[in-house]
Amino acid sequence: MKGNEAIGEGAVRAGCRYFFGYPITPQSELTHYLAKRLPEVGRLYMQAESEVASINMVYGASGAGARVMTSSSGPGISLMQEGLSYLAGAQLPCVVVNMMRGGPGLGNIAPSQADYFQATKGGGHGDYHLIVLAPNSVQELVDIMKKAFDLADRYRNPVMVMADGIMAQMMEPVELDDQYQIEIQPKPWAATGKVDHEGKNLINSCYVIPEEMESLNFILRDKYSEINKNEQVCEEYQLDGADIVLVAFGTASRICRAVVEKARAQGIPVGMIRPISLWPFPADFIGTAANRVKCFLSVEMNMGQMVEDVRLSVCGKAPVYHYGRFGGMVPTVRDVLEEVKKIYSGGAGQ
Amino acid sequence: MLEEIYIAGFGGQGALSTGQLLAHAGLMEGKYVSYVPIYGVEKRGGVANCGVTISNQQISSPLVTEPTVLVVMNSLSLERFEKAVVPGGLIIINSSLVEPRVQRTDIRVLPICANEEAESLGDPMVANNVILGALLEITRVVAIETVSEALKDVLPVRRHDMIPVNVKALEKGAELVREYNNLFKE
Amino acid sequence: MRKVFSRPVSLKDVPFHYCPGCNHGIAHRLIAEVIDELNIQDNTIGVAPVGCSVFTMDYFDIDMFQASHGRAPAVATGIKRVLPDRVVFTYQGDGDLAAIGTGEFVHAAARGENITLIFINNAVYGMTGGQMAPTTLIGQKTKTSPQGRKHEVNGYPIKVCEMLPPLEGTAYVARVAVHKPKSIIQAKKAIKKAFEVQIKGLGFSLVEVLSACPTNWGLSPIEAVTWLEENMIPYYPLGEFKTPTAGVI
Repeated sequence: MKGNEAIGEGAVRAGCRYFFGYPITPQSELTHYLAKRLPEVGRLYMQAESEVASINMVYGASGAGARVMTSSSGPGISLMQEGLSYLAGAQLPCVVVNMMRGGPGLGNIAPSQADYFQATKGGGHGDYHLIVLAPNSVQELVDIMKKAFDLADRYRNPVMVMADGIMAQMMEPVELDDQYQIEIQPKPWAATGKVDHEGKNLINSCYVIPEEMESLNFILRDKYSEINKNEQVCEEYQLDGADIVLVAFGTASRICRAVVEKARAQGIPVGMIRPISLWPFPADFIGTAANRVKCFLSVEMNMGQMVEDVRLSVCGKAPVYHYGRFGGMVPTVRDVLEEVKKIYSGGAGQ
Repeated sequence: MLEEIYIAGFGGQGALSTGQLLAHAGLMEGKYVSYVPIYGVEKRGGVANCGVTISNQQISSPLVTEPTVLVVMNSLSLERFEKAVVPGGLIIINSSLVEPRVQRTDIRVLPICANEEAESLGDPMVANNVILGALLEITRVVAIETVSEALKDVLPVRRHDMIPVNVKALEKGAELVREYNNLFKE
Repeated sequence: MRKVFSRPVSLKDVPFHYCPGCNHGIAHRLIAEVIDELNIQDNTIGVAPVGCSVFTMDYFDIDMFQASHGRAPAVATGIKRVLPDRVVFTYQGDGDLAAIGTGEFVHAAARGENITLIFINNAVYGMTGGQMAPTTLIGQKTKTSPQGRKHEVNGYPIKVCEMLPPLEGTAYVARVAVHKPKSIIQAKKAIKKAFEVQIKGLGFSLVEVLSACPTNWGLSPIEAVTWLEENMIPYYPLGEFKTPTAGVI
């Protein structure tokens, strides 16, 4: 199954009932898949006039209580940032897929991880967080969609799933779990008309009185600290006895896995930590690992973004390096292995 | 067993569908497979390459940057990817289209006039499967019978009348390799 | 004693924040009266814009959404697609609808989205303090056209009601004013028709309401009413621009 189709099928199986989106490469095949698949199961696929309209249609549908998603890539995700801020402010659940591409600007359609800051540090205005998930295989693309919708509903917060053009196009075998039961909790806050509930429901992020706005921010802050406590997820690989630990997510983590194997075969003790949740960042696990390893190398398809979170997690306990290719270029196993050897011979080996 | 196969050509030459056929056959044999296409922004006639990884173990990186087998369908790709092949690796060249001029001496090179062979089978469309047959005979990465079976899934039903000639092409490729090997033995 | 006049049930008993002589209050009341008369208070969902009338979200006693600037028709689309049996309307000013939200209202109309847009045109930006709007008249002075709007610099005012009828998805388009009793009665009729068009599932409806903004026009409420009559109506003629061909009301 192709990555783009895997996300689509994952969304359908997660009970997504509405999709609003606008075409952009390299996620167009996801929209093609859903345009065909959603009506088959009696649900709605709708092409909006822009990404700005898409995210606001998502806002309306989510506020009306539906499981809803959109997807896009770099430039389109930028256009959605205002809407994402409103969704976070009004505490509305939804899933947004970003198939990252080379940038800045129009850039290209080649794979990239350069939207890490945008996704994890806000992107839109105001104090808010998205929950950000980064799968690294086609199987995980399917599985993570359920998790994404469940987290969105549980915390009433937008969830972003980050991948790239390679994962979108990649084909790998997938096992589809037919046992998954969709359990959608009631949404008494949804504005579906007063016929459905006592009193008046309001979907809103506007509080002109600063004290009232601060109250909402307190609620958000408490929610984010709960998410941070509960939802940090990462995967470790060959961490036992590792002196050098690679930190990588998504496509870069697949490359790094091969690097770990080759390095180990050559007697260099390398391991890997793969953050699956980019926000909340798995700071606790990395911070603990920092007590027993010599250094970290953050391998990213950008100029050095996640490395800042790795440094904060490591908190000075070990040096943290960065290796990146950008603009749509992908690091090769050979290049990363060279970098590992350089670091190893430069001190981490002693 | 780990084969990292890179198939490189122009859009329309069938590099991507050949890669998908191979990956699908690997899947049918219960192996770990991955398939990653790489193509240009042109909708027709641009670069169309793909990497297929087939392994008995979980695949670490699905990106084929150092192929064990390189299949070349245009001269541009030969120039570009010859250096990437692992030492001891294999380059299969469609010599109907590409002058098989290879600089490296630490790899095996197999030129096949796939277009002519396909025409002799009565269908110029099956040239890629002549090459694929040869690749299977050398690497044994999946059985030729599995690929023949996989055609049923990969080809749309309205094209199923094409299966026999495609199977013939696969067998022809394998036969050419056997002949080639015998030549060296003599 | 018989009660002959009271606050519509669909309006909350809260003080409005609008300026003296502002026509938002009249427009609110007309919508609320229509909701009451059609007995749809429990089934109606409103979408408030960005601008002075963002507070409609607090004034109507119905479920409401507050939308980002210009996007109310997209938000309403999302709601209506999820809840097709509810009555969904947006309330938007001229900056919200005819400047930043041009894409959204045109495409909602083109899709024949079965929603109603109430479009308040007072030819000026209110909440941000009296800047030029897309509907500001040629020669009209605002904070950002202090010499009066010049077409060489700012182009011409947008006539929304004249733009929409060619789009097949539009079912009902009308322009009304709320500056004197007779026009207020007509305005209510148009708003009611628009809601009825939606209830019958006939497609997109929009009612443009010419409205006075004495504060930002720099006029007294009485002068503002006269200014509207003498300047706006000649450029923005009142009337029905499109009525449904099927399902006659």
